[in-house]
Amino acid sequence: MGASDFILEMNGISKSFPGVKALDDVTIKIRPGTVHALMGENGAGKSTLMKCLFGIYIPDEGEIKLAGDRVAFQNSRQALDHGISMIHQELLPVPYRSVMENLWLGRYPIKGLGPFKLIDQKKMYDDTKRIFAELNMDLDPRIWVRNLSVSKIQSIEIAKAVSYKSKVIIMDEPTSSLTENEVAHLFGIIRRLRAEGVAIIYISHKMEEILEISDEVSIMRDGRHVGTYAAKDLTTDLIISKMVGRDLSSRFPKRENLPGDVVLKVEGLCSAETRSFRDVSFELRKGEILGIGGLVGAKRTELVESLFGLRPIESGTISLNGGIVDIGAPTEAIRRKMALLTEERRATGIVPMLSVSDNTLIANLRRYVRRIGLLDEKRGAEDVKRSIASLRVKTPTARTRIKDLSGGNQQKVLFARWLLTEPEILILDEPTRGIDVGAKYEIYSIIADLAKRGKSIIMISSEMPELLGMSDRIMVMCEGRLTGVLDGATANQEEIMRLATQFM
Amino acid sequence: MPKPSAAVETTANASLARRKAVADFSVKYAIYIVFMILIVGIAIKEPTFLSLTNFRNILSMSATRIIIALGVGGILISGGTDLSAGRQVGFAAVLSASLLQFQEYARRMYPNMPDLPLWLPIVGAIAACALFGLLNGAIIAYLKVPPFIATLGSMVAVYGVTSIYFDRPPYGAQPIGGLRKDFTNLGSGFVGFNDVWSIPFIVIIAIVIAVAVWVLHNKTRFGKNIYAIGGNPEAAKVSGVPVNKNLLLVYAFAGALYGLAGTLEAARTGGATNNYGNGYELDAIAACVVGGVSTSGGIGTVPGMLVGVLIFSIINYGLTFINMNPYWQQIIKGAIIIAAVALDIRKYLAKR
Repeated sequence: MGASDFILEMNGISKSFPGVKALDDVTIKIRPGTVHALMGENGAGKSTLMKCLFGIYIPDEGEIKLAGDRVAFQNSRQALDHGISMIHQELLPVPYRSVMENLWLGRYPIKGLGPFKLIDQKKMYDDTKRIFAELNMDLDPRIWVRNLSVSKIQSIEIAKAVSYKSKVIIMDEPTSSLTENEVAHLFGIIRRLRAEGVAIIYISHKMEEILEISDEVSIMRDGRHVGTYAAKDLTTDLIISKMVGRDLSSRFPKRENLPGDVVLKVEGLCSAETRSFRDVSFELRKGEILGIGGLVGAKRTELVESLFGLRPIESGTISLNGGIVDIGAPTEAIRRKMALLTEERRATGIVPMLSVSDNTLIANLRRYVRRIGLLDEKRGAEDVKRSIASLRVKTPTARTRIKDLSGGNQQKVLFARWLLTEPEILILDEPTRGIDVGAKYEIYSIIADLAKRGKSIIMISSEMPELLGMSDRIMVMCEGRLTGVLDGATANQEEIMRLATQFM
Repeated sequence: MPKPSAAVETTANASLARRKAVADFSVKYAIYIVFMILIVGIAIKEPTFLSLTNFRNILSMSATRIIIALGVGGILISGGTDLSAGRQVGFAAVLSASLLQFQEYARRMYPNMPDLPLWLPIVGAIAACALFGLLNGAIIAYLKVPPFIATLGSMVAVYGVTSIYFDRPPYGAQPIGGLRKDFTNLGSGFVGFNDVWSIPFIVIIAIVIAVAVWVLHNKTRFGKNIYAIGGNPEAAKVSGVPVNKNLLLVYAFAGALYGLAGTLEAARTGGATNNYGNGYELDAIAACVVGGVSTSGGIGTVPGMLVGVLIFSIINYGLTFINMNPYWQQIIKGAIIIAAVALDIRKYLAKR
């Protein structure tokens, strides 16, 4: 088979980050005029691979060939100019501008003489219309993007890719917020593009979709390429077993916690937000680690943020120690001995410019106020010192700005912050995300130790081994609904994956 | 080609390291270096500049501005801004002056009013401005109007309030004069031997306020909270910091400081009009940013704010002292604002 059979070849790509080998000798080849699905658990290396392709990361080893020529893009603009474009999971249009201005952003057609250049509105309009016609899209190029649905914005992005004459279009979870009809429309566009010889790299978790739309499927696991298969030879079960097929090594500390009485009882909880979770009921016991599994978009974060008073609830009840409570704000949740370690450490966790000390104390300042309103700095400093020591935070001093610490150490500071509030229930949302392997073990040890001391823990995790290795029970969500609760000791990855994709 | 010897490389590395150290030092202390250069430059041009009288004058001139900058500074730290500061100063000046005219003065705003105790109008002006501030805070915290817009609106509206109060019978829009001696003494009196070897009252007040604000920012829960809110409002909220309540407080407290500054400004100048305080908010914001306060919130210190105010006072006073064309002074001020921030921001950019 000659090299020209492939439009895009990624040969032997490896990429390491401190403590992690994110990609290990990955070779994936894409044929023109096909839909090539890329599958794998969260953290399997799909997005790292795509970032290498777009020059956001520079691979340590390996080469990328486009139509037989070796390429190394410096940024996504270069990739675009060479005919590779990506439809991102999170779409970022300019809201208060028209459809066509978004489409031609940064390369508006120009008319005029010499230095007197004006934007050629008519050409822009006509070109947009032409591309929309090609894709069988019915959309007025002059209306504001702001008023459009996600699906429409997505089709603008696809039209943009077409306008760049893209030979390869990457779609990252394109259907995650689409309705059934919208998915059908998207698939129509994909088939049209395929017929014109465009290669589509389709990243998704949704088995049925993958089997319906794709020609070939590449599966990744732990940064390695498991294999590339013809879609017609695959079944959902086969894909799952290839995605998760590995044994659990002893990457987790021994747990000695003994779950006791029920401390938290959630019944029929429905979010007041649209397209969020609904009708979720579960119990949490004293000294128990309850894992929450599911794929991205299962609304697990929304659920725990609602428990913590950060998001509104429409119906259902939350009971703490047998009494129904109304938690309208984080202040109230903290008062009731709850703590929430958020998923986005940078966005909602650390205050980057403040010191380790201030970051540790911020959730708990009330405890240090003395009579005339001044803070008891000595006691604060002692507590910070003790926390830093017991959680083994590596920091030059307590006065160091937290932004200068590694991700793992920042996370430990956030643990310290919450432990000082002396919580009974700790909610951990992806507690080891973006943390290197060594620090992960330390975080696991902290969690295991807290449970042993009788703290109740809810842990959201998208990493299967972490869920299985740490949880007493695992509840799995899919599309905002609870699909099952498994015993941590007997559950396996296939079972979790099946529950996590139940409605897909 | 022969390789350079190890010794040459070491020297090159050492000089590189030294250059980097110098660069780091100048970035870290940029504002203080500018401060010193200004003083040295003026002193070389006119050695008599370095006198106790000049020093004292610069401090007196800075006193009310320091109080205003401390108010604005806290708001900037919380991630906000306050354009209404100057107009609130004007309101406080007019209100306190109108209530503290002496009995025999012909154009008294309230001809038949008995003398009030000195503290009452002052506290009244402070309370009124605290109320304006509270309103600013409420608009920002609950109506979610961006601080720039909210305080732009209140800046215009407060000027209206001041002018309505100011332009009233029997004498109409006349500058308010004839202030009581005990009041003007607050602004021009001093502790010490004579008008050289002494400290003006207003300087003492400014120092006391500066110390109090420093304590508030560094030693209290409120202070820690506003740094956290300015540094990452989402993280503060998740950590149970009552964000809205703290925003109300920071604007109200700043208002109280403007109120105090306004009364002192009236006492110092012996009068007031509705145009008092015009543009002071921009002077205060400029002083704060030159002093290292970030307009995007979460960063800033009280000593920085003080140095920022003093730099501008020295420019105003010192450059006039050496007879520099006032228009040139404007250009230098503008350049310093931009240069100081461009340098200061390096502190945070470099480490990314």
